[in-house]
Amino acid sequence: MTDQSGTLTAPAQRPKSGRARGIGPYVRKYGAAGALVLLVVVASLTAENFLEVQNILNVLRQISIVGVLALGMTFVIITAGIDLSVGAMLTVVVVYTANTVQTMGVVPAIAVALVVGAFLGLLNGLGITLGGVQPFVMTLGMMAFAKGIALLYTQGRPIPITNEAFLQFGSGRTLGIPNPALVFLILLIVAWVVLRHSVFGRSVYAVGANEEAARLSGIPVKRVKCAVYVISGVMAGVAGILYASQLGVGTPVAGDGYELDAIAATVVGGTSLFGGLGTVGGTFIGAALLGVLSNLLNLTGVSPYAQNLFSGTLIVAAVMLQRRNSQGR
Amino acid sequence: MTHALVELRGITKQYPGVVALKGVDFDLRAGEVHALAGENGAGKSTLMKVLGGGVAPDAGEIRVGDQLVRLRSPKDALALGISVVHQELVSAPMLSVTENILLGRLPRRGGRVLWAAAHSQARAVLDRLNLDISERTEMSRLSLGQQQLIEIARALVRDTKILVLDEPSAILGQAELEVLYTVVDTLRRQGVGIAYISHRLGEVMSLSDRVTVLKDGVLQDTLLVEDLSEERLVTLMTGRELTAPVRSGIALDAPVLLDVQDLQVKGGRAPINFSVRAGEIVGFAGLVGSGRTEVARAIIGADRAPGRVYIDGDLLNRRNPRSSRRRGLAYLPEDRKDQGLLLHRSIRENIGLASLKTRSRWGLLRSSHDKADTQRHASAVGLKASDLNSNAATLSGGNQQKVMLARWLAASPTVLILDEPTRGIDVGSKSEIYRLMKELTDSGLAVVMISSEIEEILAMSDRVIVMRERRIVAEFAGDEISEEAVTRAAIVSTDQVSPGNPTPETNAPEGLSTIRGVVND
Repeated sequence: MTDQSGTLTAPAQRPKSGRARGIGPYVRKYGAAGALVLLVVVASLTAENFLEVQNILNVLRQISIVGVLALGMTFVIITAGIDLSVGAMLTVVVVYTANTVQTMGVVPAIAVALVVGAFLGLLNGLGITLGGVQPFVMTLGMMAFAKGIALLYTQGRPIPITNEAFLQFGSGRTLGIPNPALVFLILLIVAWVVLRHSVFGRSVYAVGANEEAARLSGIPVKRVKCAVYVISGVMAGVAGILYASQLGVGTPVAGDGYELDAIAATVVGGTSLFGGLGTVGGTFIGAALLGVLSNLLNLTGVSPYAQNLFSGTLIVAAVMLQRRNSQGR
Repeated sequence: MTHALVELRGITKQYPGVVALKGVDFDLRAGEVHALAGENGAGKSTLMKVLGGGVAPDAGEIRVGDQLVRLRSPKDALALGISVVHQELVSAPMLSVTENILLGRLPRRGGRVLWAAAHSQARAVLDRLNLDISERTEMSRLSLGQQQLIEIARALVRDTKILVLDEPSAILGQAELEVLYTVVDTLRRQGVGIAYISHRLGEVMSLSDRVTVLKDGVLQDTLLVEDLSEERLVTLMTGRELTAPVRSGIALDAPVLLDVQDLQVKGGRAPINFSVRAGEIVGFAGLVGSGRTEVARAIIGADRAPGRVYIDGDLLNRRNPRSSRRRGLAYLPEDRKDQGLLLHRSIRENIGLASLKTRSRWGLLRSSHDKADTQRHASAVGLKASDLNSNAATLSGGNQQKVMLARWLAASPTVLILDEPTRGIDVGSKSEIYRLMKELTDSGLAVVMISSEIEEILAMSDRVIVMRERRIVAEFAGDEISEEAVTRAAIVSTDQVSPGNPTPETNAPEGLSTIRGVVND
């Protein structure tokens, strides 16, 4: 910097603003992870059986449904969208599967469930891209609509599931890992590969970071936007199957409130609601953070009524920390 | 000499890893225009942020009048009569000019706005600046240049003695520049001290009384403008001279790569027709708002417009930018931050954006290939970045523009449309972009260069097409290209041209006799 004699060559060679980054990006990247580590330490000190393998696996199983929804939500939010209908889409899949799994067998029922999720997601995507409806409004409408389907289909009554093989899947384990947790972890890896290493993933980030730039660079913006809602719908389908096989009953209130849990996990994990930023790793940490907190409160015997106070505080605190330390976003 | 209004002494500001300012002195007197010159990253903006209270210096003192002051926030600075007009416009587009000028200080009584008083206050400020803009107009109906002037008007509503203008001219066209210069001159006469940041050397020379040159955060010199020449200024700023490379003339039998026929842009009264040969640079001159960007966007299919575009002889289906890109069209938009870059994504992602297909197999990116290809294009455009994984936002304007070029070169285009390729970037990067343009045309690309900088048009173009009011009004080639001819064609006012016969030839001043052919008639 002090070199004044070398002016003939290259004054522009130093990317001057490049290094003045501060700790902001690191907090965004590792803040939630740090909070998770902290919480785990606290948990292992206050609840002695917290660190037992069974308990950890139990936490993983508990977060798997919200976790799967949050994976789809991550794609949507990175494009600067939102999907409020995931809980209701999950409900549709739960009640539909509760019926079909007994009439057409496990595998066809699962296949149809995924198609139903994808179709509802596609409606969201088309309404947003071709219809020009804002994501918030479109998916709010879908939330009411899907809930209506579930109520009509069940006439408001829960449908018990008796198919043993299906129930076995939800409560069983593979290689010692609960099946729902295994499904979540596999989808996590797939989502990571897609976002991080595929043309589609790059396009998702580009659309969220700067839609006009993406369009002028030849990214098929509408197709990408449509696709993330389809992904979210499919994830709601998967989560619905996990729900039905774990709980063994299809009720029309199955997914109530899940959309908010999924959004919370995604945002706590560092995905920006303004789009363009976020990772599935972060979303996993976000889901784990909320799961561990709830587990800890259960183990220490805090009243379930008081638990919401903690999770609400955690969500706001985590996001505040990220905002304060990141520049401009 | 007049006593200084404000005096900055030994200002030092350090950011992690970078010294932004090192013991810089700067003072401003009543009734003077004091220009700040220097390349991007030289510390001009930081120094002005210190003056405006936006940045606290690590060392140094600030005196206003005779008093030592501490500016903890822009509010402190405003209270002392220091106003900063930033490069970015911050207006509220749906509100009236009055509301924008008086933003946050509309006269009111008992919760009701006194509109009559508000309008007359706004009118008074506009009159003070000799601006012929109605105070009741909605802001969004003004041109960018007029909006910029409203920003200045807003600063004057407060009792401003010291006005900082951060690159006010960067987005203005020739005619708007004249108005801006008049406004600045008017304020100078009224005794306002004006600190003026600019990349345009010509305007620094003609507008200012004194010039301070910064380089890498160090004060090079403060000089009276009489003691300075443009060459000396460039040498102080860079240690180099601004060079446009000498280009060999193009072959007349070179194939036509871009042929535009009967293109109807929105609001245009006549169809657009022109063509560009391989190895040719066609400069598009004209005022801001004359329709040049609209033509570019219509060509690549970003906006719908009737007409035909042929690429290398084949009709282009202008469905969207995607299909145009596949056929070898590249467009670098004028506003790289709003329309070009993913500011908060990595340089690597930014460069790869228009060529994802070649970087992948079965939809998955080939990581090593992607890295190598990105690196190759980054060095081909002379990008100076320590780490391709850092955000595009961390780069200087010049390097950001190089990222845009790298992105499009990676897409292997045959026709390159550059919209204001050197706006707001430093002299060093400018020279490099000119050199790249030469290399690209030498290798057989066709280039369309939209530019509001007349020097750039003159230096780089094989042919110049002038647009006014959304149609092509003149075309010059070779020796016919002159500053006077191009400028005149761009600004001959409408009332001089009768509607029935919109040819500039009929009523044009004598200087236009050099026009070779008038297109679109």
